[in-house]
Amino acid sequence: MAAKTLTIDDHLVSARPGETLLEAIREAGIVIPTLCHLDGLSDVGACRLCLVEIEGQRRLQPACMTMVSEGMVVRTSTPRLQAYRRQIVELLFAERNHVCAVCVASGNCELQRLAAMVGMDHVRYDYLSPDCSVDISHPRFGIDHNRCVLCTRCVRACDEIEGVHTWDVAGRGVQARVITDMNQPWGTSTTCTSCGKCQLACPTGAIFPRGVTVGERPHASERIALIIEARKQRW
Amino acid sequence: MDLHELEAIAEREQAQRPHLRILCCAAAGCQASGALEIKRRLELVLSAAGKLAEVEVTPVGCMGLCGHGPLVRIEPEGTVFERVTPADAEEIVSALEQGPCNVLHCDLNHPFFTRQQPIVLRHCGRINPERIEDYIAVGGYRTLYHVIHDLTPAEVIQIIARSGLRGRGGAGYPTGLKWATVAKSPGERKFVICNADEGDPGAFMDRSVLESDPHLVLEGMAIAAYAVGAEQGFIYVRGEYPLAIERLQKAIVQARRLGLLGAQIFESGFNFRVDIRVGAGAFVCGEETALIASIEGRRGQPRPRPPYPAEKGLWGMPTLINNVETFANVTAIIENGPEWFRQIGTEKSKGTKVFALTGKIRNTGLIEVPMGITLREIVYEIGDGTPDGTPVKAVQTGGPSGGCIPAELFDTPVDYESLAAVGSIMGSGGMVVMDEHTNMVDVARFYIEFCKDESCGKCIPCRVGTVQLFNLLTKLRNGQAQPRDLDTIEELCELMRETSLCGLGQSAPNPVLSTLQYFRHEYEQLIGVEVDHGS
Repeated sequence: MAAKTLTIDDHLVSARPGETLLEAIREAGIVIPTLCHLDGLSDVGACRLCLVEIEGQRRLQPACMTMVSEGMVVRTSTPRLQAYRRQIVELLFAERNHVCAVCVASGNCELQRLAAMVGMDHVRYDYLSPDCSVDISHPRFGIDHNRCVLCTRCVRACDEIEGVHTWDVAGRGVQARVITDMNQPWGTSTTCTSCGKCQLACPTGAIFPRGVTVGERPHASERIALIIEARKQRW
Repeated sequence: MDLHELEAIAEREQAQRPHLRILCCAAAGCQASGALEIKRRLELVLSAAGKLAEVEVTPVGCMGLCGHGPLVRIEPEGTVFERVTPADAEEIVSALEQGPCNVLHCDLNHPFFTRQQPIVLRHCGRINPERIEDYIAVGGYRTLYHVIHDLTPAEVIQIIARSGLRGRGGAGYPTGLKWATVAKSPGERKFVICNADEGDPGAFMDRSVLESDPHLVLEGMAIAAYAVGAEQGFIYVRGEYPLAIERLQKAIVQARRLGLLGAQIFESGFNFRVDIRVGAGAFVCGEETALIASIEGRRGQPRPRPPYPAEKGLWGMPTLINNVETFANVTAIIENGPEWFRQIGTEKSKGTKVFALTGKIRNTGLIEVPMGITLREIVYEIGDGTPDGTPVKAVQTGGPSGGCIPAELFDTPVDYESLAAVGSIMGSGGMVVMDEHTNMVDVARFYIEFCKDESCGKCIPCRVGTVQLFNLLTKLRNGQAQPRDLDTIEELCELMRETSLCGLGQSAPNPVLSTLQYFRHEYEQLIGVEVDHGS
């Protein structure tokens, strides 16, 4: 199959067939915000941050789940898209209790980076301040639901890379929570292999290694892609 | 089973049937108001009078005028009694000989009956939904025979496409085009799904059709399966409809026993098996990709489209998903031809539409009207206005995805494009009438609360946006809102409409946007005014 040529933000870009629009955009050196996407995991199109305008399509499409096609004309950051992205990040900050000053991921946090990237200097919505629990029943890791953004990267890393599916989502709407096994304390999970891939995949400080304090959790999400790379057979 | 055997069943049924019949509505609405007890009392009175052999008491499906239920019809005379109580049984039995009694007499010349045009509901309230013989006696399953033996799949799709039938689930996608796409999509297996996850507040069209005439839907599904090349079908019906599920299960077993479903239908090479999948209470599972995930046994969450289910649906195979009412239209179109169907309705919206007429309206119930009828005719003629004569303020169509249409626009014809042009949608058929006492901010807040509770939580704009919107509307209602809050409401509405993942989030702001469009003063009145809700 021949390579595809498309126009991204007025630049002609070539892409491999079967590539996603997000890959093509990144290859063109254009940075757009993402959250639920993580290299190496399947895409779900949930965070809506990578939405782009595609000429001839009425609706905005998530770049991570849209396949490139010949002659596609794409705009990645019109004023409208920038406004939507900022609103979405604001909604996330208002949803749970994101207090950077006491967070293990402060300084290494994708949500923080997103806020800076979309120019979010304050939140215009009322904080929902939900009463969220912290589970530190696991000997090596903990989860603080106050910091969870429901990107489900932990769910997919556990299922797709470790092959265990300890994590899943329970409840719906704003009540949804990531859970371990049958919604039981993580430490009592009989399926968890304590591999820590959920912790690597987590964009915020929601899942963290026990014993780290403010700002100490390094950001290591890219290691998920490295694991996939390392597993590829080369002989 | 061949055509002769089918005819024989119909003839036997006609021959065995007593001349006089009392049809007792046994759909969920009338059952809830005691219809089964009425049926039992009627049988008792008849057996006491020694007339059980001459008069048959038959449970039937919905007769339409649910607000005046329980309803009882005398056949062949055609009299309908309304608001029947068990105590009326004797009077009804004596009326069999002495003519109708005035007290319970239901006026069949009222526009409620005369303005309707039943196609989907043509057997409703006339046949026993739990007996396949009743359905065969009114001509059932002959269309399927005709389709399998006389038409090619392509010809069936041609007929449906020419008829102009559009999806009755609400969005109005051309049915023939959808069938053609599924038929042409390559796949090792294909599936047909009937979406019966009706969840809009105030809507009960699909429930009534399934409770009253389940075989009509099964036959429509089988024809669709033949046309697209599927051998397996699923009916995804919500768990809150136990009676519909029970009747569907009976219908499937009966049809399979007669060789009308299953392997080698009508001794042809065509196989079609239907299974029921019961929803577990999530509104979002009415969205087709979430519905498919739910049937596959996964969490009922939507995924971005494309690919559409017609290409990659259930287990990645081409899948046809249509609504109950869409399937229920199929046999009539093939029987009478596409040209007949095209004559009904407007230029772009053909045929009829079933509505559940509820709210502040005298004639609450199930109606089927030709497309193009105006809202005024539905509200004032068929519905007969509000019960206490209070002026009607607005009509809400399309449930949480629709909008409120104010009384001054009641001359809008009911078709897909016209309703969209005034800021609402056709939707699946919920129609809630509101009078002057209804506060439109409360209406908008009610629907947003519904969407907030039903959001699956996958995408951020819908998950958090609905909560923020609900909180802002609550603030407004309590008189604690600032002028800028109105801007924030509009901004959130736009964000959700443009960026949400599925139809639920994309259309959730519609009730707010349409009430803002037509009743903005009600919002503005509430800004900065403390309202006392203590009373």
